Amino acid sequence: MSGDWALQTVGLCKSFGALDVASSIDFGLARGARHALIGPNGAGKTSFVNLVSGALEPSSGRIFIEGNDVTSSSQAQRVKRGLARTFQINQLFRGLTVLENVTLAVAERQGVAGDLLRPAGKRGAAIEEAYALLEQLGIADEALRPVRELAYGRQRLVEIAVALGLKPRVLLLDEPAAGVPSGETGTIIDVIERLPADIALLIIEHDMELVFRLARRITVLVQGAILVEGEPVEIAADPRVREVYLGERTHA
Amino acid sequence: MTISRPEPSRGAGAKSAIEVFARRHRLRPMELLPWVIAIGVYFVFPDYLALGAQVLATTLFGLSADLVLGYAGIVTLGHAAFYGMGAYTAGYLAAHGVGAPVVGLVAAAAVAGLAGLLSGLVILRTQGLTLLMLTLVVCVMLQEAANKLTSITGGTDGLQGMEVSPVLGYFRFDLYGNTAYWYALAVLFLGWVFARTLVYSSFGRSLTGIRENVTRMHAIGTPVFSRLLIVYTISAAMAGVAGALIAETTQLVALNVLSVDLSGTILVMIILGGVGRLYGAFVGVPLYMIAQDRFSTIDPVYWYFWIGLLLVLIVSFARGGVLGLIDALLRRLRGSR
Repeated sequence: MSGDWALQTVGLCKSFGALDVASSIDFGLARGARHALIGPNGAGKTSFVNLVSGALEPSSGRIFIEGNDVTSSSQAQRVKRGLARTFQINQLFRGLTVLENVTLAVAERQGVAGDLLRPAGKRGAAIEEAYALLEQLGIADEALRPVRELAYGRQRLVEIAVALGLKPRVLLLDEPAAGVPSGETGTIIDVIERLPADIALLIIEHDMELVFRLARRITVLVQGAILVEGEPVEIAADPRVREVYLGERTHA
Repeated sequence: MTISRPEPSRGAGAKSAIEVFARRHRLRPMELLPWVIAIGVYFVFPDYLALGAQVLATTLFGLSADLVLGYAGIVTLGHAAFYGMGAYTAGYLAAHGVGAPVVGLVAAAAVAGLAGLLSGLVILRTQGLTLLMLTLVVCVMLQEAANKLTSITGGTDGLQGMEVSPVLGYFRFDLYGNTAYWYALAVLFLGWVFARTLVYSSFGRSLTGIRENVTRMHAIGTPVFSRLLIVYTISAAMAGVAGALIAETTQLVALNVLSVDLSGTILVMIILGGVGRLYGAFVGVPLYMIAQDRFSTIDPVYWYFWIGLLLVLIVSFARGGVLGLIDALLRRLRGSR
Protein backbone atom coordinates (compact mmCIF):
# COMPACT_ATOMS: atom_id res chain seq x y z
CA MET A 1 0.00 0.00 0.00
CA SER A 2 2.67 2.43 1.01
CA GLY A 3 4.43 1.60 -2.26
CA ASP A 4 1.89 3.73 -4.11
CA TRP A 5 3.32 6.87 -2.57
CA ALA A 6 6.61 8.54 -3.39
CA LEU A 7 6.68 9.61 0.24
CA GLN A 8 4.42 8.58 3.08
CA THR A 9 4.24 9.20 6.79
CA VAL A 10 2.10 7.17 9.15
CA GLY A 11 1.20 8.51 12.59
CA LEU A 12 4.27 10.72 12.64
CA CYS A 13 4.76 12.41 16.01
CA LYS A 14 7.43 14.66 17.41
CA SER A 15 7.32 16.63 20.59
CA PHE A 16 9.81 18.83 22.39
CA GLY A 17 8.62 18.55 25.97
CA ALA A 18 5.05 19.77 26.00
CA LEU A 19 5.27 21.24 22.51
CA ASP A 20 3.94 18.98 19.74
CA VAL A 21 5.52 19.99 16.45
CA ALA A 22 4.04 16.95 14.74
CA SER A 23 1.06 15.11 16.11
CA SER A 24 0.07 11.94 14.33
CA ILE A 25 0.64 13.14 10.78
CA ASP A 26 -0.66 10.76 8.11
CA PHE A 27 0.56 12.15 4.86
CA GLY A 28 1.04 10.81 1.34
CA LEU A 29 2.92 12.43 -1.52
CA ALA A 30 1.98 10.90 -4.88
CA ARG A 31 4.60 10.08 -7.50
CA GLY A 32 5.25 13.13 -9.65
CA ALA A 33 3.12 15.23 -7.32
CA ARG A 34 3.03 19.02 -7.18
CA HIS A 35 1.97 19.33 -3.60
CA ALA A 36 2.15 22.31 -1.25
CA LEU A 37 2.31 22.26 2.52
CA ILE A 38 1.04 25.51 3.99
CA GLY A 39 0.18 26.76 7.43
CA PRO A 40 0.74 29.69 9.77
CA ASN A 41 4.09 30.39 11.43
CA GLY A 42 5.02 27.73 13.94
CA ALA A 43 2.66 25.16 12.40
CA GLY A 44 5.52 22.67 12.21
CA LYS A 45 6.18 22.77 8.47
CA THR A 46 9.95 22.88 8.66
CA SER A 47 9.93 20.32 11.49
CA PHE A 48 8.02 18.04 9.14
CA VAL A 49 10.74 18.45 6.50
CA ASN A 50 13.40 17.76 9.12
CA LEU A 51 11.60 14.63 10.28
CA VAL A 52 11.15 13.30 6.76
CA SER A 53 14.72 14.04 5.72
CA GLY A 54 16.16 12.53 8.90
CA ALA A 55 17.57 15.67 10.50
CA LEU A 56 15.12 15.14 13.37
CA GLU A 57 14.23 11.83 14.97
CA PRO A 58 10.47 11.25 15.36
CA SER A 59 9.00 10.42 18.78
CA SER A 60 6.83 7.81 17.07
CA GLY A 61 5.37 6.95 13.68
CA ARG A 62 6.88 5.70 10.45
CA ILE A 63 8.27 7.22 7.26
CA PHE A 64 8.36 5.49 3.87
CA ILE A 65 10.12 6.51 0.67
CA GLU A 66 8.65 4.64 -2.32
CA GLY A 67 7.40 1.98 0.04
CA ASN A 68 10.69 1.49 1.90
CA ASP A 69 10.63 2.11 5.61
CA VAL A 70 13.33 4.72 6.29
CA THR A 71 12.26 5.69 9.81
CA SER A 72 15.55 4.56 11.31
CA SER A 73 17.72 5.38 8.29
CA SER A 74 20.38 8.08 8.35
CA GLN A 75 20.04 11.21 6.25
CA ALA A 76 22.61 9.81 3.83
CA GLN A 77 20.64 6.58 3.37
CA ARG A 78 17.46 8.54 2.67
CA VAL A 79 19.28 10.57 0.04
CA LYS A 80 20.33 7.30 -1.59
CA ARG A 81 16.66 6.31 -1.64
CA GLY A 82 15.97 9.38 -3.77
CA LEU A 83 15.08 12.06 -1.24
CA ALA A 84 16.47 15.59 -1.48
CA ARG A 85 15.62 18.82 0.25
CA THR A 86 16.36 22.51 0.17
CA PHE A 87 16.47 24.82 3.16
CA GLN A 88 14.35 27.76 4.20
CA ILE A 89 17.51 29.66 5.08
CA ASN A 90 20.30 28.97 2.58
CA GLN A 91 22.61 26.15 3.61
CA LEU A 92 25.34 26.52 1.05
CA PHE A 93 29.12 26.27 0.94
CA ARG A 94 29.53 30.01 0.97
CA GLY A 95 33.27 30.16 0.41
CA LEU A 96 33.17 27.75 -2.53
CA THR A 97 32.22 28.56 -6.11
CA VAL A 98 28.72 27.97 -7.42
CA LEU A 99 29.99 25.19 -9.67
CA GLU A 100 31.74 23.46 -6.80
CA ASN A 101 28.65 23.67 -4.59
CA VAL A 102 26.70 21.65 -7.11
CA THR A 103 29.62 19.39 -8.00
CA LEU A 104 29.91 18.27 -4.38
CA ALA A 105 26.34 16.99 -4.52
CA VAL A 106 26.77 15.34 -7.92
CA ALA A 107 30.01 13.64 -6.85
CA GLU A 108 28.32 12.37 -3.73
CA ARG A 109 25.45 10.89 -5.74
CA GLN A 110 27.86 9.29 -8.23
CA GLY A 111 29.62 7.64 -5.30
CA VAL A 112 33.02 9.14 -6.10
CA ALA A 113 33.19 11.66 -3.25
CA GLY A 114 35.05 9.28 -0.95
CA ASP A 115 37.96 8.82 -3.38
CA LEU A 116 41.17 9.90 -1.67
CA LEU A 117 43.54 9.88 -4.61
CA ARG A 118 42.08 11.08 -7.88
CA PRO A 119 41.88 14.88 -8.20
CA ALA A 120 38.33 16.25 -8.05
CA GLY A 121 39.17 18.23 -11.20
CA LYS A 122 39.51 14.99 -13.16
CA ARG A 123 35.92 14.03 -12.41
CA GLY A 124 34.77 15.39 -15.76
CA ALA A 125 31.39 13.68 -15.63
CA ALA A 126 30.50 15.24 -12.28
CA ILE A 127 31.65 18.72 -13.27
CA GLU A 128 29.86 18.61 -16.63
CA GLU A 129 26.65 17.47 -15.03
CA ALA A 130 26.84 20.18 -12.39
CA TYR A 131 27.47 22.81 -15.04
CA ALA A 132 24.52 21.56 -17.08
CA LEU A 133 22.31 22.09 -14.04
CA LEU A 134 23.56 25.65 -13.67
CA GLU A 135 22.69 26.24 -17.33
CA GLN A 136 19.25 24.75 -16.79
CA LEU A 137 18.64 27.14 -13.88
CA GLY A 138 20.14 30.12 -15.68
CA ILE A 139 23.03 30.72 -13.28
CA ALA A 140 25.88 29.31 -15.39
CA ASP A 141 27.40 32.78 -15.82
CA GLU A 142 28.12 32.78 -12.07
CA ALA A 143 29.72 29.32 -12.07
CA LEU A 144 33.11 30.51 -10.86
CA ARG A 145 31.97 33.06 -8.30
CA PRO A 146 31.95 32.20 -4.62
CA VAL A 147 28.38 31.73 -3.46
CA ARG A 148 28.64 34.44 -0.83
CA GLU A 149 29.13 37.06 -3.56
CA LEU A 150 25.82 36.23 -5.23
CA ALA A 151 22.60 38.17 -4.75
CA TYR A 152 20.25 36.35 -2.39
CA GLY A 153 17.76 35.49 -5.12
CA ARG A 154 20.45 33.76 -7.11
CA GLN A 155 21.68 31.92 -4.03
CA ARG A 156 18.17 30.49 -3.74
CA LEU A 157 18.63 29.03 -7.22
CA VAL A 158 21.96 27.47 -6.16
CA GLU A 159 20.09 25.99 -3.21
CA ILE A 160 17.76 24.24 -5.67
CA ALA A 161 20.61 23.28 -8.02
CA VAL A 162 22.47 21.49 -5.20
CA ALA A 163 19.36 19.42 -4.45
CA LEU A 164 18.85 18.64 -8.14
CA GLY A 165 22.44 17.39 -8.30
CA LEU A 166 21.19 14.42 -6.30
CA LYS A 167 18.72 13.48 -9.07
CA PRO A 168 15.96 13.13 -6.51
CA ARG A 169 12.67 11.32 -6.99
CA VAL A 170 11.23 13.16 -4.02
CA LEU A 171 12.15 16.81 -3.57
CA LEU A 172 11.21 18.88 -0.53
CA LEU A 173 11.43 22.62 -1.18
CA ASP A 174 11.37 24.52 2.09
CA GLU A 175 10.11 28.01 1.25
CA PRO A 176 12.02 28.32 -2.02
CA ALA A 177 11.06 31.98 -2.38
CA ALA A 178 11.82 33.02 1.21
CA GLY A 179 13.86 36.19 1.33
CA VAL A 180 13.69 36.72 -2.42
CA PRO A 181 12.75 40.22 -3.59
CA SER A 182 9.18 40.07 -4.95
CA GLY A 183 10.35 40.96 -8.46
CA GLU A 184 12.47 37.81 -8.61
CA THR A 185 9.89 35.34 -7.31
CA GLY A 186 8.86 34.73 -10.91
CA THR A 187 12.28 33.25 -11.73
CA ILE A 188 11.97 30.78 -8.87
CA ILE A 189 8.47 29.78 -9.99
CA ASP A 190 9.69 29.31 -13.57
CA VAL A 191 12.50 27.06 -12.40
CA ILE A 192 10.18 24.93 -10.29
CA GLU A 193 7.61 24.72 -13.08
CA ARG A 194 10.24 23.37 -15.45
CA LEU A 195 11.42 20.60 -13.12
CA PRO A 196 11.10 17.10 -14.57
CA ALA A 197 7.54 15.83 -14.20
CA ASP A 198 8.57 12.56 -12.55
CA ILE A 199 10.00 14.28 -9.46
CA ALA A 200 7.48 14.26 -6.63
CA LEU A 201 7.54 17.82 -5.27
CA LEU A 202 6.53 18.99 -1.84
CA ILE A 203 6.67 22.76 -1.55
CA ILE A 204 6.51 24.41 1.85
CA GLU A 205 5.59 28.01 1.26
CA HIS A 206 4.11 31.20 2.64
CA ASP A 207 3.82 32.97 -0.68
CA MET A 208 0.25 32.18 -1.77
CA GLU A 209 0.86 33.33 -5.35
CA LEU A 210 3.55 30.68 -5.67
CA VAL A 211 1.44 28.01 -3.98
CA PHE A 212 -1.60 28.52 -6.17
CA ARG A 213 0.45 28.67 -9.35
CA LEU A 214 2.44 25.51 -8.69
CA ALA A 215 0.42 23.20 -6.47
CA ARG A 216 -2.19 20.78 -7.68
CA ARG A 217 -2.80 19.62 -4.15
CA ILE A 218 -2.49 21.45 -0.84
CA THR A 219 -2.18 20.27 2.74
CA VAL A 220 -2.78 22.75 5.56
CA LEU A 221 -0.83 22.16 8.74
CA VAL A 222 -1.86 23.84 12.00
CA GLN A 223 -0.16 23.29 15.35
CA GLY A 224 1.59 20.17 14.18
CA ALA A 225 -1.53 18.47 12.81
CA ILE A 226 -3.12 18.29 9.38
CA LEU A 227 -6.18 20.55 9.31
CA VAL A 228 -7.32 19.77 5.81
CA GLU A 229 -6.03 18.49 2.48
CA GLY A 230 -7.47 19.04 -0.96
CA GLU A 231 -7.32 20.70 -4.37
CA PRO A 232 -6.37 24.38 -4.46
CA VAL A 233 -9.95 25.52 -5.13
CA GLU A 234 -11.24 23.54 -2.16
CA ILE A 235 -8.56 24.94 0.11
CA ALA A 236 -9.18 28.50 -1.05
CA ALA A 237 -12.87 28.11 -0.29
CA ASP A 238 -12.47 26.33 3.03
CA PRO A 239 -13.69 28.51 5.89
CA ARG A 240 -11.41 26.78 8.43
CA VAL A 241 -8.35 27.70 6.37
CA ARG A 242 -9.49 31.32 6.17
CA GLU A 243 -9.96 31.37 9.89
CA VAL A 244 -6.43 30.15 10.47
CA TYR A 245 -4.91 32.62 8.06
CA LEU A 246 -6.97 35.57 9.21
CA GLY A 247 -6.14 34.76 12.82
CA GLU A 248 -9.77 34.39 13.89
CA ARG A 249 -9.25 31.03 15.47
CA THR A 250 -10.46 30.94 19.06
CA HIS A 251 -9.00 28.58 21.57
CA ALA A 252 -12.24 27.14 22.86
CA MET B 1 14.53 9.47 -14.27
CA THR B 2 16.61 12.13 -15.93
CA ILE B 3 17.02 15.81 -15.56
CA SER B 4 16.56 17.32 -18.97
CA ARG B 5 19.87 18.17 -20.58
CA PRO B 6 20.31 21.68 -21.88
CA GLU B 7 20.59 22.48 -25.55
CA PRO B 8 23.90 21.33 -27.06
CA SER B 9 24.95 24.85 -28.04
CA ARG B 10 27.12 26.18 -25.24
CA GLY B 11 28.87 29.47 -24.80
CA ALA B 12 32.58 29.83 -24.29
CA GLY B 13 31.73 30.23 -20.61
CA ALA B 14 30.98 26.54 -20.18
CA LYS B 15 34.34 25.43 -21.46
CA SER B 16 36.33 27.93 -19.45
CA ALA B 17 34.41 27.35 -16.21
CA ILE B 18 34.86 23.61 -16.44
CA GLU B 19 38.50 24.01 -17.42
CA VAL B 20 39.26 26.26 -14.47
CA PHE B 21 37.82 23.60 -12.20
CA ALA B 22 39.68 20.81 -13.95
CA ARG B 23 43.02 22.63 -13.75
CA ARG B 24 42.93 23.61 -10.13
CA HIS B 25 44.94 20.65 -8.87
CA ARG B 26 47.82 21.19 -11.26
CA LEU B 27 51.12 22.11 -9.68
CA ARG B 28 51.90 25.83 -9.76
CA PRO B 29 55.54 26.98 -9.93
CA MET B 30 55.18 28.80 -6.61
CA GLU B 31 54.52 25.50 -4.90
CA LEU B 32 58.12 24.50 -5.52
CA LEU B 33 59.41 27.51 -3.61
CA PRO B 34 59.46 25.82 -0.16
CA TRP B 35 61.64 23.05 -1.55
CA VAL B 36 64.01 25.43 -3.29
CA ILE B 37 64.36 27.37 -0.04
CA ALA B 38 64.84 24.19 1.99
CA ILE B 39 67.63 23.02 -0.29
CA GLY B 40 69.12 26.52 -0.31
CA VAL B 41 69.20 26.60 3.49
CA TYR B 42 71.42 23.51 3.51
CA PHE B 43 74.11 25.35 1.58
CA VAL B 44 73.67 28.84 3.01
CA PHE B 45 73.24 27.98 6.69
CA PRO B 46 75.27 24.82 7.29
CA ASP B 47 75.50 25.66 11.01
CA TYR B 48 71.74 25.52 11.49
CA LEU B 49 70.99 22.08 10.11
CA ALA B 50 70.03 20.55 13.46
CA LEU B 51 67.48 23.30 14.01
CA GLY B 52 66.53 22.98 10.34
CA ALA B 53 65.72 19.29 10.74
CA GLN B 54 63.50 20.09 13.69
CA VAL B 55 61.73 22.79 11.69
CA LEU B 56 61.11 20.32 8.86
CA ALA B 57 59.75 17.63 11.18
CA THR B 58 57.54 20.17 12.95
CA THR B 59 56.30 21.39 9.57
CA LEU B 60 55.09 17.85 8.90
CA PHE B 61 53.32 17.95 12.26
CA GLY B 62 51.76 21.30 11.29
CA LEU B 63 50.67 19.88 7.94
CA SER B 64 48.89 17.03 9.72
CA ALA B 65 47.16 19.48 12.05
CA ASP B 66 46.08 21.60 9.09
CA LEU B 67 44.35 18.59 7.53
CA VAL B 68 42.01 18.27 10.50
CA LEU B 69 41.73 21.93 11.51
CA GLY B 70 42.02 23.75 8.21
CA TYR B 71 40.31 21.31 5.89
CA ALA B 72 37.93 19.24 7.98
CA GLY B 73 37.29 22.02 10.51
CA ILE B 74 37.91 19.78 13.54
CA VAL B 75 39.20 22.08 16.27
CA THR B 76 41.62 20.03 18.35
CA LEU B 77 43.74 20.83 21.34
CA GLY B 78 45.18 17.35 21.55
CA HIS B 79 47.06 16.72 18.36
CA ALA B 80 50.30 16.24 20.28
CA ALA B 81 48.80 12.97 21.54
CA PHE B 82 49.55 11.40 18.17
CA TYR B 83 52.84 13.21 17.68
CA GLY B 84 53.95 11.98 21.10
CA MET B 85 52.82 8.42 20.49
CA GLY B 86 54.82 8.40 17.29
CA ALA B 87 57.87 9.76 19.10
CA TYR B 88 57.64 7.17 21.88
CA THR B 89 57.04 4.34 19.42
CA ALA B 90 60.12 5.15 17.36
CA GLY B 91 62.10 5.90 20.52
CA TYR B 92 61.11 2.67 22.23
CA LEU B 93 62.00 0.60 19.16
CA ALA B 94 65.38 2.31 18.83
CA ALA B 95 66.10 1.70 22.51
CA HIS B 96 65.23 -1.99 22.11
CA GLY B 97 67.35 -2.95 19.16
CA VAL B 98 65.11 -1.87 16.27
CA GLY B 99 67.07 1.18 15.21
CA ALA B 100 66.24 1.31 11.50
CA PRO B 101 64.74 4.80 11.13
CA VAL B 102 62.29 3.97 8.36
CA VAL B 103 60.93 1.04 10.38
CA GLY B 104 60.47 3.48 13.25
CA LEU B 105 58.47 5.82 11.04
CA VAL B 106 56.20 3.07 9.76
CA ALA B 107 55.59 1.71 13.25
CA ALA B 108 54.91 5.24 14.55
CA ALA B 109 52.40 5.83 11.76
CA ALA B 110 50.62 2.58 12.60
CA VAL B 111 50.46 3.20 16.36
CA ALA B 112 49.46 6.85 16.09
CA GLY B 113 46.97 6.07 13.31
CA LEU B 114 45.37 3.40 15.47
CA ALA B 115 45.18 5.83 18.38
CA GLY B 116 43.54 8.37 16.04
CA LEU B 117 41.03 5.81 14.83
CA LEU B 118 40.07 4.61 18.31
CA SER B 119 39.81 8.05 19.89
CA GLY B 120 38.11 9.41 16.75
CA LEU B 121 35.40 6.76 17.03
CA VAL B 122 34.37 8.37 20.30
CA ILE B 123 35.20 12.05 20.05
CA LEU B 124 34.13 12.77 16.45
CA ARG B 125 30.53 12.04 17.42
CA THR B 126 30.60 15.32 19.32
CA GLN B 127 30.97 18.90 18.15
CA GLY B 128 32.20 22.30 19.21
CA LEU B 129 33.43 22.75 22.75
CA THR B 130 32.72 19.13 23.73
CA LEU B 131 34.93 17.95 20.91
CA LEU B 132 37.62 20.42 21.89
CA MET B 133 37.55 19.23 25.52
CA LEU B 134 37.68 15.58 24.50
CA THR B 135 40.73 16.08 22.27
CA LEU B 136 42.38 17.79 25.21
CA VAL B 137 41.41 14.96 27.56
CA VAL B 138 42.89 12.31 25.26
CA CYS B 139 46.16 14.23 25.23
CA VAL B 140 46.27 14.73 29.00
CA MET B 141 45.44 11.09 29.69
CA LEU B 142 48.18 9.87 27.37
CA GLN B 143 50.72 12.17 28.93
CA GLU B 144 49.77 10.99 32.39
CA ALA B 145 49.96 7.36 31.25
CA ALA B 146 53.44 8.01 29.84
CA ASN B 147 54.41 9.62 33.12
CA LYS B 148 53.37 6.51 35.07
CA LEU B 149 54.64 3.85 32.69
CA THR B 150 58.26 4.53 33.54
CA SER B 151 59.41 1.05 32.45
CA ILE B 152 58.45 1.88 28.85
CA THR B 153 58.81 5.64 28.64
CA GLY B 154 61.37 6.47 31.29
CA GLY B 155 58.80 8.80 32.88
CA THR B 156 60.04 12.26 33.73
CA ASP B 157 63.65 11.27 32.97
CA GLY B 158 62.76 10.69 29.34
CA LEU B 159 63.43 7.66 27.21
CA GLN B 160 66.99 6.38 27.67
CA GLY B 161 69.35 4.55 25.39
CA MET B 162 68.06 5.16 21.87
CA GLU B 163 70.37 3.81 19.21
CA VAL B 164 69.29 4.88 15.76
CA SER B 165 70.90 3.03 12.85
CA PRO B 166 71.93 4.72 9.63
CA VAL B 167 69.07 5.71 7.31
CA LEU B 168 68.46 2.86 4.84
CA GLY B 169 71.51 1.20 6.37
CA TYR B 170 73.84 3.70 4.76
CA PHE B 171 73.43 7.33 5.88
CA ARG B 172 74.76 7.63 9.42
CA PHE B 173 73.35 10.44 11.59
CA ASP B 174 76.15 12.96 12.14
CA LEU B 175 76.80 15.67 14.69
CA TYR B 176 76.23 18.49 12.20
CA GLY B 177 72.76 17.33 11.25
CA ASN B 178 73.52 16.70 7.58
CA THR B 179 71.76 13.35 7.47
CA ALA B 180 69.01 14.49 9.82
CA TYR B 181 68.27 17.43 7.55
CA TRP B 182 68.01 15.47 4.32
CA TYR B 183 66.13 12.65 6.00
CA ALA B 184 63.56 15.05 7.47
CA LEU B 185 63.29 16.89 4.16
CA ALA B 186 62.63 13.67 2.27
CA VAL B 187 59.96 12.53 4.72
CA LEU B 188 58.31 15.96 4.71
CA PHE B 189 58.30 15.89 0.92
CA LEU B 190 56.51 12.54 0.86
CA GLY B 191 54.05 13.81 3.48
CA TRP B 192 53.40 16.89 1.36
CA VAL B 193 52.81 14.86 -1.81
CA PHE B 194 50.32 12.73 0.11
CA ALA B 195 48.55 15.66 1.79
CA ARG B 196 48.35 17.57 -1.48
CA THR B 197 46.85 14.58 -3.28
CA LEU B 198 44.33 14.20 -0.47
CA VAL B 199 43.35 17.85 -0.39
CA TYR B 200 42.65 18.05 -4.12
CA SER B 201 40.85 14.70 -4.28
CA SER B 202 37.08 14.38 -4.24
CA PHE B 203 37.47 13.24 -0.62
CA GLY B 204 39.40 16.40 0.21
CA ARG B 205 36.77 18.59 -1.40
CA SER B 206 34.07 16.87 0.60
CA LEU B 207 36.04 17.66 3.77
CA THR B 208 35.99 21.31 2.78
CA GLY B 209 32.24 20.93 2.30
CA ILE B 210 31.93 19.57 5.84
CA ARG B 211 33.92 22.50 7.18
CA GLU B 212 31.87 25.03 5.20
CA ASN B 213 28.44 23.62 6.00
CA VAL B 214 27.98 20.28 7.73
CA THR B 215 24.17 20.61 7.67
CA ARG B 216 24.18 20.67 3.90
CA MET B 217 26.67 17.82 3.67
CA HIS B 218 24.25 15.62 5.62
CA ALA B 219 21.48 16.73 3.29
CA ILE B 220 23.39 15.75 0.15
CA GLY B 221 23.93 12.27 1.53
CA THR B 222 27.51 12.52 2.79
CA PRO B 223 28.49 9.99 5.46
CA VAL B 224 30.00 12.81 7.50
CA PHE B 225 31.20 10.79 10.47
CA SER B 226 33.15 8.26 8.43
CA ARG B 227 34.76 11.00 6.31
CA LEU B 228 35.91 12.76 9.47
CA LEU B 229 37.12 9.51 10.99
CA ILE B 230 39.22 8.73 7.92
CA VAL B 231 40.91 12.13 7.84
CA TYR B 232 41.42 12.10 11.60
CA THR B 233 43.14 8.71 11.37
CA ILE B 234 45.31 9.82 8.46
CA SER B 235 46.25 13.04 10.21
CA ALA B 236 47.08 11.16 13.42
CA ALA B 237 49.35 8.79 11.52
CA MET B 238 51.07 11.74 9.86
CA ALA B 239 51.54 13.46 13.22
CA GLY B 240 53.00 10.18 14.50
CA VAL B 241 55.54 10.16 11.68
CA ALA B 242 56.50 13.74 12.55
CA GLY B 243 57.01 12.74 16.20
CA ALA B 244 59.11 9.77 15.15
CA LEU B 245 61.21 12.06 12.96
CA ILE B 246 61.95 14.32 15.92
CA ALA B 247 62.76 11.35 18.13
CA GLU B 248 65.13 9.82 15.60
CA THR B 249 66.91 13.01 14.64
CA THR B 250 67.35 14.31 18.18
CA GLN B 251 67.67 10.82 19.75
CA LEU B 252 65.61 12.11 22.62
CA VAL B 253 62.02 11.64 23.77
CA ALA B 254 60.62 13.36 26.83
CA LEU B 255 57.13 13.84 28.26
CA ASN B 256 56.66 17.24 26.62
CA VAL B 257 55.99 15.56 23.24
CA LEU B 258 52.58 14.57 24.63
CA SER B 259 51.72 17.95 26.12
CA VAL B 260 48.63 20.07 25.58
CA ASP B 261 51.10 22.94 25.44
CA LEU B 262 52.61 21.52 22.26
CA SER B 263 49.11 20.87 20.85
CA GLY B 264 48.37 24.55 21.30
CA THR B 265 51.72 25.66 19.94
CA ILE B 266 51.26 23.75 16.69
CA LEU B 267 47.88 25.45 16.23
CA VAL B 268 49.48 28.84 16.84
CA MET B 269 52.12 28.01 14.23
CA ILE B 270 49.66 27.09 11.49
CA ILE B 271 47.37 29.99 12.33
CA LEU B 272 50.40 32.28 11.90
CA GLY B 273 50.96 30.80 8.45
CA GLY B 274 47.29 30.48 7.50
CA VAL B 275 45.02 27.48 8.01
CA GLY B 276 43.36 25.45 5.29
CA ARG B 277 45.97 26.46 2.75
CA LEU B 278 48.27 23.46 2.72
CA TYR B 279 51.24 25.84 2.93
CA GLY B 280 50.29 27.44 6.22
CA ALA B 281 52.58 25.04 8.07
CA PHE B 282 55.43 25.73 5.63
CA VAL B 283 55.28 29.42 6.52
CA GLY B 284 54.06 29.41 10.11
CA VAL B 285 56.29 26.70 11.55
CA PRO B 286 59.62 28.15 10.32
CA LEU B 287 58.45 31.65 11.21
CA TYR B 288 57.56 30.63 14.75
CA MET B 289 60.59 28.45 15.37
CA ILE B 290 63.07 30.93 13.92
CA ALA B 291 61.43 33.77 15.82
CA GLN B 292 61.60 31.65 18.98
CA ASP B 293 65.28 30.92 18.34
CA ARG B 294 66.11 34.58 17.65
CA PHE B 295 63.92 36.17 20.34
CA SER B 296 65.20 33.77 23.00
CA THR B 297 68.77 34.80 22.17
CA ILE B 298 68.04 38.52 22.09
CA ASP B 299 65.65 38.56 25.03
CA PRO B 300 65.98 35.34 27.06
CA VAL B 301 63.52 36.47 29.73
CA TYR B 302 60.63 37.93 27.77
CA TRP B 303 60.98 36.16 24.41
CA TYR B 304 57.54 34.59 24.71
CA PHE B 305 56.03 38.06 24.94
CA TRP B 306 57.36 38.86 21.47
CA ILE B 307 55.91 35.65 20.08
CA GLY B 308 52.59 36.60 21.65
CA LEU B 309 52.76 40.09 20.16
CA LEU B 310 53.46 38.61 16.74
CA LEU B 311 50.39 36.39 17.08
CA VAL B 312 48.17 39.25 18.24
CA LEU B 313 49.24 41.31 15.23
CA ILE B 314 48.58 38.45 12.83
CA VAL B 315 45.11 37.61 14.11
CA SER B 316 44.17 41.30 14.34
CA PHE B 317 45.35 42.40 10.94
CA ALA B 318 45.70 39.23 8.88
CA ARG B 319 42.94 36.79 9.61
CA GLY B 320 44.22 34.34 6.99
CA GLY B 321 47.70 34.37 8.51
CA VAL B 322 50.80 35.42 6.61
CA LEU B 323 49.61 33.64 3.47
CA GLY B 324 46.23 35.35 3.73
CA LEU B 325 48.02 38.68 4.01
CA ILE B 326 50.09 37.97 0.92
CA ASP B 327 46.96 36.93 -0.96
CA ALA B 328 45.18 40.14 -0.01
CA LEU B 329 48.19 42.25 -1.06
CA LEU B 330 48.46 40.48 -4.42
CA ARG B 331 44.75 40.97 -5.02
CA ARG B 332 45.07 44.67 -4.25
CA LEU B 333 48.03 45.01 -6.61
CA ARG B 334 46.12 43.31 -9.41
CA GLY B 335 43.04 45.41 -8.67
CA SER B 336 44.89 48.71 -8.86
CA ARG B 337 46.35 47.93 -12.24
